[in-house]
Amino acid sequence: MRYSRMVTARAARKSRVIKARWALFGSIFLAASAAGGATVSVLAAASLTEAFRTIGKDFEAAHPGSKVEFNFAGSSTLARQIIEGAPADVFASADDENMKKVVDAGDVAGAPKPFVHNRLAIIVARGNPKRIEGLADLARPGLTISLAAPGVPVGRYAAEAFAKAKTPVPDASREADVNAVVMRVSMGEADAGIVYTTDVTAGRDTIEAVPIPEVQNVVASYPIAQLTGAPNASGARDFVAYVLSPAGQRVLASFGFLPP
Amino acid sequence: MIPTRERVPIAAAIVAALGAALFILPLLGLLWTAPWTDLGHVLFEPEALMAMRVSLVCSVAATAVSIVLGLPLAWIQARTSFPGRSLLRALTLLPVVLPPVVGGVALLSVFGRRGLLGQFLDPFGIRLPFTTAGAVLAETFVAMPFFVLSMEGVLGTLDRRLEDAARSLGANRWTVFRRITVPLVRPSLAAGAALCWARALGEFGATITFAGNFPGRTQTIPLAVYIELESRPEAAVALSLVLLAVSLTILVIMRGRWLETP
Repeated sequence: MRYSRMVTARAARKSRVIKARWALFGSIFLAASAAGGATVSVLAAASLTEAFRTIGKDFEAAHPGSKVEFNFAGSSTLARQIIEGAPADVFASADDENMKKVVDAGDVAGAPKPFVHNRLAIIVARGNPKRIEGLADLARPGLTISLAAPGVPVGRYAAEAFAKAKTPVPDASREADVNAVVMRVSMGEADAGIVYTTDVTAGRDTIEAVPIPEVQNVVASYPIAQLTGAPNASGARDFVAYVLSPAGQRVLASFGFLPP
Repeated sequence: MIPTRERVPIAAAIVAALGAALFILPLLGLLWTAPWTDLGHVLFEPEALMAMRVSLVCSVAATAVSIVLGLPLAWIQARTSFPGRSLLRALTLLPVVLPPVVGGVALLSVFGRRGLLGQFLDPFGIRLPFTTAGAVLAETFVAMPFFVLSMEGVLGTLDRRLEDAARSLGANRWTVFRRITVPLVRPSLAAGAALCWARALGEFGATITFAGNFPGRTQTIPLAVYIELESRPEAAVALSLVLLAVSLTILVIMRGRWLETP
């Protein structure tokens, strides 16, 4: 008798503890989702990393209370994530092909808008110790080359450039995005790589660019779009508008991007 | 006496079923999305064949290196006593719990072209990053501890009277190790090597970080699956099936050892 009362009392105490715990979890969850209301989630091509971080800060300053969250990766990776249902508001791709995949899957609201252009460059270690002068030199034996994977925009653009230069695409380590190519060359593990001209910023003291002549070069066109499944549709519209606005374009130009 | 087994309580059964579904559903999903009709075609494309060849070469080489270097290491850890032995054991265990990508970065810091040792090797033309040897090194780094750990356990619990008998008959330590110890642990050695090989075969993080993703040189099946998923998903799924089939085969061969119910 006494024992059973003890058990009941303990059970009641336990259930109170459990209730308190659930209440705590609940309030954390609510707080998290309330804060998420003003967050714009942007999936952007890896080559936009530095420029978009600056734009994000400016956007947050221009829209008090809002917060921009970025996920930078190869456009092909991002396109797949969107098609597989990643919850995001905006997609900025480094090529039309990957944007088209997302459009074809019905995940883009409205039409994508081109917002910048970019060109390709060869990057080598500072001082160009291997004396690489152009695309044809990358086929030289004994060189370690790093390129983006064929599905990644800059990997496909590089293949176009090699075709224009009538040089076969050299054997290369194929990376998941352009930042990985820059990393390989700046660490000295690869002798050369092909990236965007915007990836060779003044701040980097380990690499330098070897220009690719106009006739062999490629114009990379970057489209941006609001996604149909956007949890924050108004934030998505505002962010896209900001990137296309003179203020946004000024930031992109300061990072070396060309007007569309 | 074998303890009698209980009936399954309903609540436990529901939760356990959820747990089992967590493993089983993704595997069914893989089978469901597989391009069965042109599986042969996809798997016999040059890229896929190349990845399979690189995977086979690297994982077998990594297992061989793990046995040659790992067996003495396991023996020393199980049988000898010296200051710092427990520290050595902990360090051997570390790659098991260390995220493989960290292992890759660590390998770069030592064997990279500007690494601790790499900077002295480079002038001699010895280069590990971006080479097949580098992929073997990365896989060995991650997989060898599995071999060492399983051998250490066996060597520690071995009946030593046979070794003592051989020693008393005049055999030296090397002969005892070669003629008595190794034959005694041979079944466990095979199991440890299989576990090590399976881990090497599935290695991703350390390999892509340290050895890069060179088709035909360092692009193993897991790397090909990762890179192909965006451009050619059917190839990625087909190669995933290959790895699943290999894993199942190892499990079936080793079932006596790993799946015995007490």
